[in-house]
Amino acid sequence: MQLIGVPQKRVEDPRLITGRGRYTEDVRLPGMLHAAILRSPRAHARIQEIDVAAAQAADGVVAVYTGRDLAGKLGPIPTAWLPPDSDIKATAHPALAVDTVRYVGDGVAMVVAESAAAARDAIDRIKVRYEPMAAVVDQAQAMAEGAPLVHEDAPGNVAFHWKAGTVPEEAFTGAEVVVRRTFRQQRLIPNPMEPRAAVAQYDPSTGDLTLWATSQNPHIHRVLLSSVLGIPEHRLRVVSVDVGGGFGSKIACYPDEALTAYAAMALGRPVKWAETRVEHFQATTHGRDMVIDVELAGRRDGTMTAIRVKNLANMGAYLSTAAPGVPTILFGLIVTGAYTFQHAAVDVYGVFTHTTPTDAYRGAGRPEATYLVERMVDLFAGEIGMDPIEVRRRNLVRPEAFPYQSALGLTYDSGNYQRALDQALETVGYEEIRREQAALRQKGRYIGIGCTSYVEISGLGPSEVAGAVGFQGGLWESANIRVHPSGKVTVFTGGSPHGQGEETTFAQIVADRFGVPLADVEVVHGDTARIAMGWGTYGSRTTAVGGSAIAVAADRVIDKARKIAAHMLEAAEEDIEFRAGRFAVRGAPERAQTFQAVTLQAYLAWNLPEGVEPALEAAAYYNPSNFTFPFGTHIAVVEVDAETGDVQLLRYVAVDDCGKVINPLIAEGQVHGGIVQGIGQALWEGAVYSADGQLLTGSLLDYAMPKARFFPAFETAFTETPAPHNPIGAKGIGETGTIAATPTIVNAVVDALQPFGVQDLAMPLWPERVHQAIQAGRNGR
Amino acid sequence: MIARAFEYTQAASVAEALAALQQDRDAKLLAGGHSLLPLMKLRLATAGRLVDIGRIADLRGVRRDGDRIVVGALTTHAVLAQNPLLREMLPVLSAAAQEIGDLQVRNRGTIGGSIAHGDAAADLPAAVLALDATLHVATSAGEESLPAEGFFLGPMMTALPEGGLLTAVSFPLPPQGTRQAYRKVAHPASGYAVVGVAAVLAMGEDGTVQYARIALTGAGAAPFRAHGVEAALLDRTLSAELAAEAAGRVGDRVEFAGDLYASPSYRRRLAEVHVRRTLMGLL
Ligand SMILES: Cc1cc2nc3c(=O)[nH]c(=O)nc-3n(C[C@H](O)[C@H](O)[C@H](O)COP(=O)(O)OP(=O)(O)OC[C@H]3O[C@@H](n4cnc5c(N)ncnc54)[C@H](O)[C@@H]3O)c2cc1C
Repeated sequence: MQLIGVPQKRVEDPRLITGRGRYTEDVRLPGMLHAAILRSPRAHARIQEIDVAAAQAADGVVAVYTGRDLAGKLGPIPTAWLPPDSDIKATAHPALAVDTVRYVGDGVAMVVAESAAAARDAIDRIKVRYEPMAAVVDQAQAMAEGAPLVHEDAPGNVAFHWKAGTVPEEAFTGAEVVVRRTFRQQRLIPNPMEPRAAVAQYDPSTGDLTLWATSQNPHIHRVLLSSVLGIPEHRLRVVSVDVGGGFGSKIACYPDEALTAYAAMALGRPVKWAETRVEHFQATTHGRDMVIDVELAGRRDGTMTAIRVKNLANMGAYLSTAAPGVPTILFGLIVTGAYTFQHAAVDVYGVFTHTTPTDAYRGAGRPEATYLVERMVDLFAGEIGMDPIEVRRRNLVRPEAFPYQSALGLTYDSGNYQRALDQALETVGYEEIRREQAALRQKGRYIGIGCTSYVEISGLGPSEVAGAVGFQGGLWESANIRVHPSGKVTVFTGGSPHGQGEETTFAQIVADRFGVPLADVEVVHGDTARIAMGWGTYGSRTTAVGGSAIAVAADRVIDKARKIAAHMLEAAEEDIEFRAGRFAVRGAPERAQTFQAVTLQAYLAWNLPEGVEPALEAAAYYNPSNFTFPFGTHIAVVEVDAETGDVQLLRYVAVDDCGKVINPLIAEGQVHGGIVQGIGQALWEGAVYSADGQLLTGSLLDYAMPKARFFPAFETAFTETPAPHNPIGAKGIGETGTIAATPTIVNAVVDALQPFGVQDLAMPLWPERVHQAIQAGRNGR
Repeated sequence: MIARAFEYTQAASVAEALAALQQDRDAKLLAGGHSLLPLMKLRLATAGRLVDIGRIADLRGVRRDGDRIVVGALTTHAVLAQNPLLREMLPVLSAAAQEIGDLQVRNRGTIGGSIAHGDAAADLPAAVLALDATLHVATSAGEESLPAEGFFLGPMMTALPEGGLLTAVSFPLPPQGTRQAYRKVAHPASGYAVVGVAAVLAMGEDGTVQYARIALTGAGAAPFRAHGVEAALLDRTLSAELAAEAAGRVGDRVEFAGDLYASPSYRRRLAEVHVRRTLMGLL
């Protein structure tokens, strides 16, 4: 039965949508205590005194900890991505602030109590005397002379300085056209449905600690937390079976999980901590927040020749786990996008400020890079008076050029960028819409059409490259496939899906290869006690790398089963064909054994061929030879209400190529979610801090997450250009929508406002801003 | 999010609820809980005791009473949106209710709670103002009737007497052939009105406007009637020009509200554009 490429409903959904998921917050253990964390209301202050007496005396309170209490007991929270040659200052991050608080939300004390309510009440009874200090929230201001320092040991608030590529000066001095622009990637606040939570249980008799946690990568959390907590790795088990979304915000190792584990060990009772949504806004990592200067050189014939980028990335008060890799490797290496620039150079400063730390957020670096290059294409097109589609067409990497070496040293694996562009243009009816646009303008109505042709880096990634770019881990992936005596299958993956649906896609890969029903395959993930090792789910890597590991392991199972089948059928191994779940002798299809019959013999082991061991199980540790490079074209049509600046999304067309599609239904779902998030950044989302570091958009009442009703039906399609270097040909689809949608929308709105001479708009495109730009255009003429 | 501890009393009648309020200075009424409980969980509001009026049957339902329509304070937004009598006679009320929050909110939230709460950007106050409603309040001293106009004083501030319980909202039957509409620009995060416009118009036989009630919510410190707009419309024939001219008077004596999403001057602009469009919709 063919299962690859066939839409299948997600096998995890009945459990999740009927409330039977096993989320961390659902864990209830006998004798369990509850923790709450007091967070700093100030962005920058010295802690003069913490009086915990009243909290300690309150009903139900078992323990209160401050930063001082934990000194020497809990190690610093680590940074695990250290880009080389960047002079990185991974300043110590204590689990609770000791002398100084550095952002609103910084942990100051933890209360552990018999109930969540008692813990919450008690944190109000802690009295902290703060000596306020000047704060800085903007990265450019933080680098200025005399700005308040976030860390004494990071002068100028520079956390790191990283460069890549070179551009000869003549590329700009001798250029026919140079376009310059500064873009602001506003800060975003990831909001998975499930906020973070942790439950820790310590067994003093064995020294085993079990931590249920909302993690995208439990094995990484195990190794990092074992060092923070000072307990041996094999004594720590991290469980993250059902996780309600992460979008990057559950990659990091946070203080709170470590504190929960510490309390469980110190008190000898299980402890639960679960953040509230408001807490989540302050204490879970944010995304984006970059100020990006771009210069692009090109010729009047439409050729883009060189690009120079300077990025000031706001890292917040501490360097979160993977954070330094985002504005450097994941952003810097892809600023040339899908185009054949001859020269490119990137210069990135990571800057400390008194704000919540930033880290990966869906797309992580690639949305920001794609935004700048796609906006620049449109600005360049405007400058030379050429249709932006035509500029794209002239500069896209050509299909025959793959594998293509980019100016920044990446090798784009495979692609047909023109085909995706053509298909998107045809779907939307580009020429027709341009005519309609002209006609409507006569009537004072303003529609705009915006395009993005992106390529992204996904399938992270070869372990050697991980090492070369300073990622403190391997990026291979593990799979273990155990076929049970009855022929049912359990797959153990080191990927850690948290909403993406790999319980289904991975089962499809295995069921397809083994020729067994989908229901016979169970996928196990998210538990360090059941899975030997894994690097988790982020960077659109799970299917490309974890799925490939599964394919390799499955083929190993088949190889062994083939030997046993040949023995059973008294034929040579080479003469056995395996198709649709049957091992048959070539040329004699009636001489056959089913997969299940062979499996049973593997376990009975009454009569195995010489040198073949009993049982049927195989492992694979798959290290890809390259990243994968999904690509595609998105086109949006919008209408701007010139009287109010309100933007209406009329149509959205997405043609994505993520290589081989395993499950079109899930792939489309990923595209939809990604588009919604990408448009969220373009039109609504944006964190705002006051100058003194208060988060003004601190809840869902004022931070605008996109809602389903804001959107028309999306028109999505796939082209398939397989990844040439992995066994399943898959590239990754988890982030494409977020990467492509943001510039697509802004390009469309700017296009709509051409009659007003609008060149650029700051995101999010709140109506008032758009209206101001229209008014300015009206007044300017 | 966990509220501070509080006592809970379930009132079987209005009298019981009033008595409970009298007894405990720190008590608050609880209706649908969809404004009060979130604030308590955020610890922005506290109450020593919640007096739950949710089971008092007398406070529920919609009925015709002579030349008035009476809506019980506990009537939910969902009922306001669907009730056939309201949809026929007071469609602006149904339309405003339909714009509130999401399904869960509409199934729990009540007209009494919304009006008593007095959020400056809530939807129902605009409809209530445009329909010349009367608010019926029970206090330990007896019953009072207050006109809707003048009730909404500022953000979360109303003329509800201390210890009072809103029992019902009643509406005069609007003039024959009345045209009504509600138009809302929703904040993309909260869903509350950045600007909401409720309009009730009636034309005479000669086509001129003989009756006009225009009320706005979200725009200022409290929902208000736009008397300037109303005056500009009266005795004149509605046209695109008149709609624009009348809408231009929406700012008369109004101080517009501002926040991160919309400054006072932009809110004023939105108010003007949407009053005009609301009027055009009634042409
Ligand atoms: C997610 C969400 C979205 C929302 N979106 C909107 C929206 O778009 N537009 C909008 O207008 N509203 C919105 N609301 C608010 C909603 O309409 C509330 O239901 C309403 O404001 C309050 O009604 P309630 O019955 O829930 O009152 P409660 O929360 O029970 O009470 C509110 C206040 O009124 C007092 N009170 C209640 N009943 C009476 C009474 N009979 N007499 C005297 N005092 C009384 C209470 O003591 C309390 O102070 C939203 C709410 C939520 C949770």
